[in-house]
Order: sequence, then C-alpha cells, then structure tokens
Amino acid sequence: MNLLQTTTFGAVDVRVGSRMNEEELVEYFRDQLRKDPDTASAVAAIRTLLEFLKRDKGETILGLRESLTWARDCLTEVDSSVAVSSGGELFLRFISLTSLENQDLSRCKKVMEERGELFLEKISMSRTKVAKLCHTFIKDAAKILTHSYSRVVLRVLEKAAAEKKRFSVYVTESQPDLAGRHMAEALRKLNVPVTVVLDAAVGYVLEKVDLVIVGAEGVVESGGIINKIGTYQTAVCSKAHNKPFYVVAESFKFVRLYPLNQQDVPDKFKYKADTLKTVPNLSDEHPMIDYTPPSLITLLFTDLGVLTPSAVSDELIKLYL
Amino acid sequence: MWIFAALVFPAQRKWSSIVNMADSGVTDGPEKKNDIERAKNEGKDLSKEEKQRLRKEKKHQKKSKEKKDEKAPQETPSAVPAPAPLPVPASESPVPADKPAKSKAELKAERRARQEAERASKQNKKGEVGQQVATGKTKAPQSELQPVVKRLPEHIQADNPDVLKKLAKKLERQQTPGYNATTKAKIPLRSDYGRKVSLFSHLHQYSRKAPLTQQLSIPSTVIHPAIVRLGLQYSHGIVAGSNARSVALLHAFKQVIRDYSTPPNEELSRDLVNKLKPYISFLNQCRPLSASMGNAIKYIKKEISNIPSHCKEEEAKSKLVNCIECYINEKIILAAKAIAKYSIEKISDGDVILIYGCSSLVNHILCEALEKRRKFRVIVVDSRPRLEGREALRRLVQRGISCTYVLISAVPYILPEVSKVFLGAHALLANGYVMSRVGTSQIALVAKAFNVPVLVCCETYKFCERVQTDSFVSNELDDPDDLIVTRKGKTHLEDWQQVDSLGLLNLVYDVTPPDFVDLVITDLGMIPCTSVPVVLRVKSVDQ
Repeated sequence: MNLLQTTTFGAVDVRVGSRMNEEELVEYFRDQLRKDPDTASAVAAIRTLLEFLKRDKGETILGLRESLTWARDCLTEVDSSVAVSSGGELFLRFISLTSLENQDLSRCKKVMEERGELFLEKISMSRTKVAKLCHTFIKDAAKILTHSYSRVVLRVLEKAAAEKKRFSVYVTESQPDLAGRHMAEALRKLNVPVTVVLDAAVGYVLEKVDLVIVGAEGVVESGGIINKIGTYQTAVCSKAHNKPFYVVAESFKFVRLYPLNQQDVPDKFKYKADTLKTVPNLSDEHPMIDYTPPSLITLLFTDLGVLTPSAVSDELIKLYL
Repeated sequence: MWIFAALVFPAQRKWSSIVNMADSGVTDGPEKKNDIERAKNEGKDLSKEEKQRLRKEKKHQKKSKEKKDEKAPQETPSAVPAPAPLPVPASESPVPADKPAKSKAELKAERRARQEAERASKQNKKGEVGQQVATGKTKAPQSELQPVVKRLPEHIQADNPDVLKKLAKKLERQQTPGYNATTKAKIPLRSDYGRKVSLFSHLHQYSRKAPLTQQLSIPSTVIHPAIVRLGLQYSHGIVAGSNARSVALLHAFKQVIRDYSTPPNEELSRDLVNKLKPYISFLNQCRPLSASMGNAIKYIKKEISNIPSHCKEEEAKSKLVNCIECYINEKIILAAKAIAKYSIEKISDGDVILIYGCSSLVNHILCEALEKRRKFRVIVVDSRPRLEGREALRRLVQRGISCTYVLISAVPYILPEVSKVFLGAHALLANGYVMSRVGTSQIALVAKAFNVPVLVCCETYKFCERVQTDSFVSNELDDPDDLIVTRKGKTHLEDWQQVDSLGLLNLVYDVTPPDFVDLVITDLGMIPCTSVPVVLRVKSVDQ
C-alpha cells in the first residue's frame, strides 16, 4: 500500500540513490530506541524522520512532504502508540511552518533540517521542564500512587528526591506486561520506599494516598488522556476519594483526537502494532490503553506550563493553527 | 479615546435631541451652514467636538422644521420632566417652551452661550478625567475611582415604565431623514399582552393576533415593504429557526440596498446605516432579534461604513450585495458542509441518535451521514406547544432514515437505548453556555445522568460575547395563548385572563451549562465547550 502511494509521485523515485527505504527506516528507529532506552519512543521517531529528511534525494518540495508522510506512516506501523503518531505529526508541521517560498530546494531542505534539529532540542528539554514544574506539588511525607512505568513520572520523582523530599510510592503492577515492577526497580535505585500493588487494589490503597501522578501516552483535544489500561479506573477511584489526580506529559504528545468514550478511541491505538497486523478478530484481544475524560483530571503538567484540562484545547489550537 | 467617543456619541445625541425639543425652534445663521459645508468636505479631519457640534446642529435644524409645522409642543411635557435618576448637568437643563416673548436672536445667543459654557466645562472635565459629560440613563458620576454602572439592554426592562417611554420616543424619532414630517410616519410601539409571570415580568410578551403592521399607517414610507413582510413573517412564526431568520434578514437587506438611492449631500456609508436603524427597530418590535441576526447586522453595518467615499453609488451597492452573498455562503452554507464532515466522523454504524426539535443543521448532518452510508437510526424528541419535531420527522423520513418519535416526557425512558445526542444551538455564549430551544437543557441533563455523550452543532457566526448563567435574565416570551388546547370540544384555559392568580408562561429559549455538553462541533473543528472564548478571540483577531 505504501509503495503504491510513493510510485504515483512525479519526481521522486523510490529506489534510486541512498534514500532510506522501509527496512533501513525501521532499523534506524529500533536502533535509536536501543541506544538510549530512556528516551520516549516519539523522540526516537522524530530523530529517524530527521535522518530520513537529511538523506532524502527528492526533487520537489511536494515530493519531499509526501515521502516524509510515508515515512511517518511506516513508523506508526512499527510502534502504534499515540505518541509516535502525534510526535510525527507535530514534527512535520513544525518544519513546514517556515515560508518555503525559496526556489532553491537545497536551501529549503537546509532550513527544514535546521528547524528539525531545533524541534528535537526543544523536546529533549521538555522532560526537565516538566519535572521542574511538578516536583513542587510533592510535599514532604507525601504518599504517591502511580500507574505502570512512565519515564516522565520517574524524572519528576527523581527531581523531588534530589530536592531532599521524603515521600513513598505505591506502584500498580499494571498487567499484562507487568511494567509496574520495572518502575519499582528504578525507584528502589533512588532509595525511595516503594510498594507494588495489584491493579485490583487501587481502591483499597487510595485512602492511604495523598496524590496520584500518572504519565500519558497522548493528550487529546478535550483535555483527557490516553494512557496504559487501568488509568481510567484509578482516575475514577481518586475522584471518589477526592484525591488530586495529576498528569505529566510533554507537549509533543498533544494529539488531534476527540474521543467521546472508550469505544470512540481508534483501534490502531488500542492494540500493539503486531497484534493489529496478525490477529483477525480484535474483540478477543485486550486493549493496551484506555481513555480518561477531562472531568477526572485535576491538572496537567507540561513543558508549556501547568494547565487545567480545559486549557489544553487552547494550547492545541495554538500549536496546530 | 476614540472608543470612548464612539460609546458616548449615541447617547449624546439623545440628550441633545431632548434639549433641542424643549427649545423653541430657531434656524441657524448662515455662518453655521458654512461650517457644516466645510466640515463635510474635510470629513475625517474634524475633531471630536466639531463633529459633535455638527450633529447637534443638524438635529437642531430638523427639529426646528418640525416645530414650525406642528406647533403643538406635545413632546415637551414628556421631555421636560426627564426621569428622576438622570443626572442633568446644569448647563443643559431644558428650557420650558412657554417663552415665546423672547426674540429669536436672543434665544439663539442664549443657546450659543450655553453651548460654549458647556464645551468649556467639558474641556476641563476631560483634562481631569478623560471622559465626557453625563450621557443619560443610569450612569454613575464620572470619576476615575467610581466604577461606571453598566447599562441594561432595553429588551429586558419591560417592567420599567421609564424605559418604555424612552423606547417609544426612540421609535418616534427614528424616521428616515429628509422625509416630510407631515406624513407622521413612525414605527409603532408594540404593547404587551396578558398577565406575565412575575419572574419574567421584565420581558416583553406579545400576542400573535395583534401584529405590529396593523398599527402602521398607509402609506408607510418609513419602512421598506420587504422589511414589513419580513416582520410579519417573524411575528407569525412563518420564518422560524435561527439560520432561516438570518438568511431571510440578509435577503431583505439585499433588496433594501438594491432599492436604495443616496439623497443629495449625503454619503452612502453614513446614510444607509441610518436608514437601516428604523428597520432594525421595527424587526425588533415584531420579534426580538436573535444572536445570529445581531452578528449579521454588525457585519453589514461594518461593511457599509467601510465603503470608501469616492466609490460610485452603483459600484458601492453591488459591492454590498456581493458582501452579503459571500457572508451567507461562507458562514452558513459552507459552514454546514464543514460541520457535517466533522460530525460524520463521530457517527458510527449501529448508532442510535437522539435529536430534539427541528434544527436545520442537525437535519443536514443526518442526511449527509445517510449519503455516506452510515447505518444508524434516529429518535426524534418533541415538545409542546411548538411541536417542531414533527417537521424534523417529516424531513428525515422522506430521506429514508428510520425514526422513532417521542415527547419530551418520555426521554428518561428511551435514553438507555441511545448512544449519542445531537443538539442544535441558537447561540453559544462566551462562558461556554449553550442557548437553545427550551427543553434542550433538560435533555442534556438527563443524558449526562445516563452517561450518554451530548454533541452540540453550531456555526461560528452564532457565537456571541454575552455571558449568561441562567435562563431568566435574557429570554423571549412567546404568545401565551399558544398553550391553550381544545380537547373534545372543551377549552379549560379559555378565560385564563379572568383568573387573577393564573399566569401562562411560554418560554422560547433556555441555557445549558457546559458541564453537560461533551463536544461542540463548529466549522473550525471539534472543540470542548469551554473553548468558545478562544474561538471568539481568534475570530476578532482575524477581523
């Protein structure tokens, strides 16, 4: 399907020269993920797209844009998370936001590459910014509940620990991939007292807890979030217990989706990429993510600042328009 | 400063006209006429005070002609005892008209002296405060420390007799300039009908059996026949629904512009706006203007006043007609297409969609979805006394959509079957509240209780800057006789006016808070209800 798309363009020839084809693209992407397991998959995707742009031997700007879109679609097939999709989209918008009236293609490409590097630099700083904003909300002797493994939350807790705050953490196990245990390991290395709880024990534990912090795979237009399955449950319970529910997310995770309920989230995000390709009947599979509506979220910490869920739409309009 | 001037001027004119009515009319000397000629030629170079003075003189001239013809000072008794709360500056106190002994020249000199004194005092005050002298009605004394009391709009002060008197005067005065005053043509004031429920006594309540046009004299040269027809259509409910009303209004204005010819010594950009004012008052009397109509009128007025003065009449008129057509096309027709495109993404196969009343936009969306081969069925909810749902039902069934029809009392019963609720809107307010047909907030409330997503579809031209948190302050009361129903030959409420403790309430609109609305679909995209001020901000930047 992708090859069909590319062969309809005028000036771009797919197989000539050192342009990256699909395998090279995927290999580079996986390589990036392997080299630095701490980076977000979206950042790795953006690095891959930048590399693709550098190596592209297209003749026209339109062809260039088309091939970038094709590359992004390739990557979403490998890793179907929301973040990769949104990160890719924002990257494309960011670099093409310049005035590409320059007749000279190579100069245009240079401008796009520079902007791409700038974008990459900005987003690698985003986690630090988020941590700086959020750690002040963690008071001394706080008990925190978090869900599954999130590198952003980890960074926030690192910063809080560095500020000499004493706190203890409850982490949910987060079936089916038991990512929660991974998180617990990382926290133990920071000398933070941590307890692993069952997913089913969230309601039980919430009365002991002071606040809940989770990461997000994607932040949607309504101000809600898409995150590992079990987040919605945690949010509903924390609302019932009147505990604040905080979300930490970088701004490249903002995506132009507007789900009305769990059913409305597109299938391509719910399941892993391999599952989508191999399994014929999706209703037998467990979805990997769920949608938490904005009414259950207290605040979102992003590199654009501390936002209420209704301000997310405002920021999205600024980002996308 | 200019903004202040713009706000102050309309009121200023009222004041000066009241003053001038009280004086016995005198024509101005030739030097004033020269001033006016000079001023016209210079146009924009005039300072604020000079423009003000010119306007006063013009009004003065008109009034003086009137006075000469009519003689009887029937207006003076109403003008002289100005309503008590009005802070009357000493220099403008109306002179009683029973002083014919003074000669014309003396009076003129007196008046001029007064005006000079007034202007001087104004200059001083401006130096201190930066705000002009008393502008009428309920404004707190001008000082930087005290806040200015906001003026309530007239249409929600129906129980205040002073406001009614003012409105009557305003309608009398709104004659197209240049017409012979002997025709005595004026826009009639519609009187309220029946006992109003006390909570809503500040709103007007008219009867459909007494249309405004019966009070218009023939020939009525003041109001264009297209507008008269439109007014009748509004008051009888022949044209109903905010899109239909706006489009009809714009078509009528196109006709008015085509038939318009600039009188000599007047500029099209200023005169046409003045011509439109009595029409708008008339239409307002027939049926209160909707938010969409208000925005359309604002747009037209802006376009008219932006016509460059060197433009020839034919060119200007065709330009205006073109502008109006563009507006209709962009804001209504194309917007509907864009909204349909976004909405169809939200309609999936097997959906059960609930709609309320007859919204042209929602009907359009459902028909488009059917064309795109989505499989869904519709539940149409209806309510008395308008029973608009029947019209929607007719349109949808004609297209072949399978529908169910219920009355609003059955909504909690069928809601468990429903997967989505689609609602239309009359206007979207700046704080995110949705103003729509009465009954909409009820449906949104019950849908929320059942966790059914509520989607509101609204074009951006219906967004207004107003803020409302309840349905009482600003609403519309329809004819109370509509609620009377005859069953089996018996009409129980026939003599409802005789019963002292009985009031019939026929509300037209209600407001839905944003917590009950999950999504608003506009031509700019899908936004949450709380982002309406962002759209308003973006729109004002564009314009």
